Amino acid sequence: MTNKQQEHWDLIIKPKSSFFQLHLNDVWHYRDLLMMFVRRDFVSVYKQTILGPLWFFIQPVLTTVMFVVVFGNIAKISTDGLPQVLFYLSGITIWNYFAETLNTTSNTFIGNAAIFGKVYFPRLVMPLSKVLSGLIKFGIQYLLFVVAMIFFALKGTAIHIHWAEVIYITPLLLFIMAGLGLGGGLILSTLTTKYRDLTFLISFGIQLLMYATPVIYPLSTIKNPTYKAILLANPMSSVVETFRYIYLGAGELNRGSLLYSIGFMFFLLLLSIVMFNKAERTFMDTV
Amino acid sequence: MSVVIKAEQVSKQYRLGEVGTGTLSHDLNRFWYRIRGKEDPYLKIGEANDRTKKGSSDYVWALKDVSFEVQQGEVLGIIGRNGAGKSTLLKILSRTTAPTTGTIKAKGRIASLLEVGTGFHPELSGRENIFLNGAILGMRKKEIERKFDEIIDFAGVERYIDTPVKRYSSGMYVRLAFAVAAHLESEILIVDEVLAVGDAEFQKKCLGKMKDVSSGEGRTVLFVSHQMDAISTLTSNALCLINGKVAINASTYEAVRFYLENNKASQGVYQSKPIPDYPSFVRVEVITSEAEGVHKNGEDLIIEIEVNMPFIKEGIAVSFQIFNEKELPVIYNYIFDSEQPILRKTGISKLKCIIPKCKLYQGFYYLKMHLAESRGKIKFQEVDKICQFEVKMMNKIIEWGWQKDVCIYTEDFVWIKDDF
Repeated sequence: MTNKQQEHWDLIIKPKSSFFQLHLNDVWHYRDLLMMFVRRDFVSVYKQTILGPLWFFIQPVLTTVMFVVVFGNIAKISTDGLPQVLFYLSGITIWNYFAETLNTTSNTFIGNAAIFGKVYFPRLVMPLSKVLSGLIKFGIQYLLFVVAMIFFALKGTAIHIHWAEVIYITPLLLFIMAGLGLGGGLILSTLTTKYRDLTFLISFGIQLLMYATPVIYPLSTIKNPTYKAILLANPMSSVVETFRYIYLGAGELNRGSLLYSIGFMFFLLLLSIVMFNKAERTFMDTV
Repeated sequence: MSVVIKAEQVSKQYRLGEVGTGTLSHDLNRFWYRIRGKEDPYLKIGEANDRTKKGSSDYVWALKDVSFEVQQGEVLGIIGRNGAGKSTLLKILSRTTAPTTGTIKAKGRIASLLEVGTGFHPELSGRENIFLNGAILGMRKKEIERKFDEIIDFAGVERYIDTPVKRYSSGMYVRLAFAVAAHLESEILIVDEVLAVGDAEFQKKCLGKMKDVSSGEGRTVLFVSHQMDAISTLTSNALCLINGKVAINASTYEAVRFYLENNKASQGVYQSKPIPDYPSFVRVEVITSEAEGVHKNGEDLIIEIEVNMPFIKEGIAVSFQIFNEKELPVIYNYIFDSEQPILRKTGISKLKCIIPKCKLYQGFYYLKMHLAESRGKIKFQEVDKICQFEVKMMNKIIEWGWQKDVCIYTEDFVWIKDDF
């Protein structure tokens, strides 16, 4: 018995781990893997394509054109006095990052069942890599947005950039979106391991959620109090609105709703970590 | 020597049937028990895992109270029939799933080679995959860079290193995957039947590497295989699992014997009712030279076969293999309709194969029968592990006795001395 205390074990495999154990030091040890996954996501998608990374540009450009035609010119929805292209492009750029993160992380368990079933590495590496590779794609699309802004500025359109906010709020917005996407995605991914019904919901659910976010219309046009309450309850609304405010000067900076989004994000992340931890241990048996 | 793996009362419960039907209700029930502070109600039930018997419970114990210790530098074999719990144990050890109860403690990193090519991305080149695979197995980038040349050299795929691995042959795939894992600096390595793929030369290389890994570098290896040969040559101790429990944990020699004893072929005559509308064996008998299934080395061995043909079919092939107790095929022969018309009538037909002066070495042997149709490449039936018989070296007494496992077949020899 006295012997036992001297023994040191590097690894103890137990039935249940505690609720909030994230194994962040494990994740840190596997940081090279994280970077390699990001690289893999990036490189492998466009292998054997002709246009390659150009697709990152083509997608938002075509979507913007589509929105300009359908929502701008046919439905004639207000764009808060902004050029339609800038208005939609800003919405798409910011929305895409969230949607992409949510969509790819929600596939963590099912999409990687084959590899998770064979080797152990901190499972969190996988969704984190999705958050990072999404960030690269965002960067590219953000560049497109900046180019469009410069183009319109040169043409003489008045653009009111809030420089100070751009610098300190942009990272905050990215952080909120990453957190929301990751948190939501992890929750969905744990639930789908058992209840496959949700997989059907995810892709069109994200689509529906876009319409409940001021992507194709400004928040200011919504007068109906019920609708407005719903929109404000959506934590992504303030993110999109703030983004437009700091870059294009449209809409307003509502610190209250931004704080709400931050709070929502932390709650979602916490919940997702608890669920993810629990599912991680045994999901191979149910997936 | 210190203990590097210590498993204590490890159990794993699985739910049979379709996950999804009634899952929600069971989950809710569990939750209800938990909030009242009671034990999980489904942990109490569950049966020993015998796949052949139909059980009454939906829950089975794939592993039940498995305890063992592994010393540093030891190569431990894990054997058992399909479904005995080997893979479950490995899954728990490699942390891909958690045990239901019990703990496993380990010193050092555990790397598993459960199936080759894990995490290989088909679109990426061999070079990129070495880094990716290495990282998945827990190597740092620097570590891989340091060993990169060694890995390529071991795998022997230098020429293809910048080609996407989807263009690789499966053998090359395995080579590369094993090479990466073998160069991993983990203290404990888990290997599961990878040797089944790859050519003989590479298999040898793998076995050699595993030996080096354990004896030279002092690392611990857990090796799971169905090949008793590989287990015998590689491991010093072995664990035999039967229905999720440790049946024996002893020296490899004893454990393999135990396994084979428990997995013995049926003795005597094989008899079976004809399968309606389907060609099948109805009777197979090995007629040995002595009584009670004992055969004298050097005598004629006769195999009598009766096949039922519900319809007339051309191109029938009947073949058999004789296996030794290490499950190694020793003799193969066939009779083929296109060479020598057989079974060209409905109903039961008889065949007889005589092996003149059969010189199998002493030991136990059994039969595996095949019934097929060659043109359409249809396999009608395969009957394995039947008609066990024993060969003895009677009337061939030599001074110090016939030693075990010196060969599997003897021949007639003529020795000449000096005057030739």
